[in-house]
Amino acid sequence: MVIGERKPFDEIMKMLEGLKKIAVMGCGGCVTVCLTGGHDEVRVLSSQLRMARDKEGNPIEIIEKTLERQCDPEYVEQAESVAKEVEAILSLACGAGVQFMAERYQNLPLYPALNTTFVGGSKKEGYYVERCQTCGECKLYFTGGICPIARCSKSLLNGPCGGSTKGKCEIDPEVDCAWQLILDRLKSLNQMDRYSSMMPVNDWRTNRDGGPRKMIREDFQR
Amino acid sequence: MSDFEPIVVAFCCHYCAYGAADLAGSMRLEYPTNIRIIRLPCTGKITPVFLLRAFERGADGVYVAGCLEGDCHFIHGNLVAKPRVNYTKKLIQEVGLEPERLEMFNMSAAMGPRFAEVAREFVERIKTLGPSPLNKTYRVQSDAA
Amino acid sequence: MSDEFKSGSNLEKVLKSGKFAVTGECGPPRGADPEVIRKKSKILKDKADAFNITDNQTSVVRMSSISSAVIMIQEGLEPVMQMVCRDRNRIAIQSDILGGAALGIKNMLCLSGDHQKFGDHPQAKNVFDLDSIQLINTVKIMRDEGKFLGGDEIKGVPKLFIGAAENPFADPFEIRAPRLAKKAVAGVDFIQTQCIFNLKKFEDWMKQVVDMGIHEKVYILGGVTPFKSFGMARYMANNVPGMDVPEELLQRMKNTPKEKQADEGIIIAVETIKRLQEMPGIAGVHIMAIEWEEKVGEIAEKAGLLPRPVV
Repeated sequence: MVIGERKPFDEIMKMLEGLKKIAVMGCGGCVTVCLTGGHDEVRVLSSQLRMARDKEGNPIEIIEKTLERQCDPEYVEQAESVAKEVEAILSLACGAGVQFMAERYQNLPLYPALNTTFVGGSKKEGYYVERCQTCGECKLYFTGGICPIARCSKSLLNGPCGGSTKGKCEIDPEVDCAWQLILDRLKSLNQMDRYSSMMPVNDWRTNRDGGPRKMIREDFQR
Repeated sequence: MSDFEPIVVAFCCHYCAYGAADLAGSMRLEYPTNIRIIRLPCTGKITPVFLLRAFERGADGVYVAGCLEGDCHFIHGNLVAKPRVNYTKKLIQEVGLEPERLEMFNMSAAMGPRFAEVAREFVERIKTLGPSPLNKTYRVQSDAA
Repeated sequence: MSDEFKSGSNLEKVLKSGKFAVTGECGPPRGADPEVIRKKSKILKDKADAFNITDNQTSVVRMSSISSAVIMIQEGLEPVMQMVCRDRNRIAIQSDILGGAALGIKNMLCLSGDHQKFGDHPQAKNVFDLDSIQLINTVKIMRDEGKFLGGDEIKGVPKLFIGAAENPFADPFEIRAPRLAKKAVAGVDFIQTQCIFNLKKFEDWMKQVVDMGIHEKVYILGGVTPFKSFGMARYMANNVPGMDVPEELLQRMKNTPKEKQADEGIIIAVETIKRLQEMPGIAGVHIMAIEWEEKVGEIAEKAGLLPRPVV
């Protein structure tokens, strides 16, 4: 899922300066699962904003709403009635969601309440880790199911570098050396032959370097 | 502000603090009338939203009272509540309220005197801090002054 | 290895002649003053066969390795231009290779590069379009096939002697020789190892290298760094990732009176070189006297490696 982290409160307050009535819009997708942008977080942030503005004697009216997803036109549509009533929408979706909202509601300012951080998963409740860089050409077959692009600090395809120490990365003793993990796993899978050949230079066109990407299921096109 | 009578919301677990409050009453122990008790099936039910909403409506102080650690009726509900209370302290601090306005206490149903003591001490703490800036009663007064 | 020279560099000639090679190292200044390089060059001249010019080592901004290498050539020394993958994509890398070769650079060392986290610009975006092994292969394709990575023909092929580093002391140990084999397949001509303090472990690694026959395809230069003091030894043992300083060496430095510690460091370095000279598969040494360039000559002298052969 896409992981997001709430922006610092002061930064959000600054974005909302001068506004009297806004919608705080949650997203029922990834950011609900990672506990940063769902129904509960909408209620918490709205409470905080109302309190902070109330305290300044400059109250703000907030409509709290959470859409099923903000990255899908049919759900984005459902904010229509709210959009008519407010001066701006503060979205707790990931960057994609905020933009889908902005595209649909052309005349309404859309502000992000989250920093979209990475694609990953939960190690346990409330603890999320990065696993994918969306490079567009999955190499996990060669690397024992562990991604060197996302998990090696230098994205080395022919690692490990000389900074690998006792299974940890040179940038931080808390960070696992991805190549140590890859080698351990290849060994246990009896696939060490996959290490012996050189991984050729990567084609980054499938990555963001090739420009904005799209994916089309043809059988759904009418 | 000598006549300040704070509003304190106490979220009490049915299996311990709520019983302790009852016991304090039976024992005719005195504790301040500032306390508004909200009974919870377990403090594990508490979320930042509950706590924030209490402050938003003008509570000067909020506390959560759950079972002694290790004695939760639902095994670890009170251990779920503890970090949530700590997290919410940060949230109210962001808004500009003192984190001391929020606290978590642990007690058993047999601890009537402890319930009264906590209530007295916490109300005292809030009196020292003064009214919450979101408490409408006192704000109207100070605005008028 | 054929009779024809790949680059015609002095380092290549010395290694090919079968003589025990010596390389040194020189860090460019943090400023635009060329005199710093000239001064260091005067100290280093004739003390080794070629000298590495580091490329923004430890991710701290310095004068570029290409321009520093050219200043060194003007002073009559032979540079080994280092290049890291951290700061350039394949377009800049190939362009700099052409530029370096055009300016007379004949040796190049291919490195991944330290992560920018520890440098003076931790906010920087890193590149890592290629890794060190792919960089080696890129230079080889350019030199031997006369082609760019994209496939187009190069008019005026860069003739470079291709080097790389290897750290036998990094983990996992058992992968270090196989990884060196990958570098050999990628096309590396010579290897400079990380500073050797743990000779026992180095010997184990070297044995694997020899068993795999890698030393017959690649010249291996053992890395030697003199301790300036006990403090430095302790720092390297505890704070530098992938560095292996045995306890007995630390004790030896510790038990030496402070004013004699620098001399003791030199003695240890010379002893290490003598051990390396006897080790099968070792073609030379790489002396890294960090910000202590004046000692390179002394170490080489004491190890009986001066004067350097003229080939």
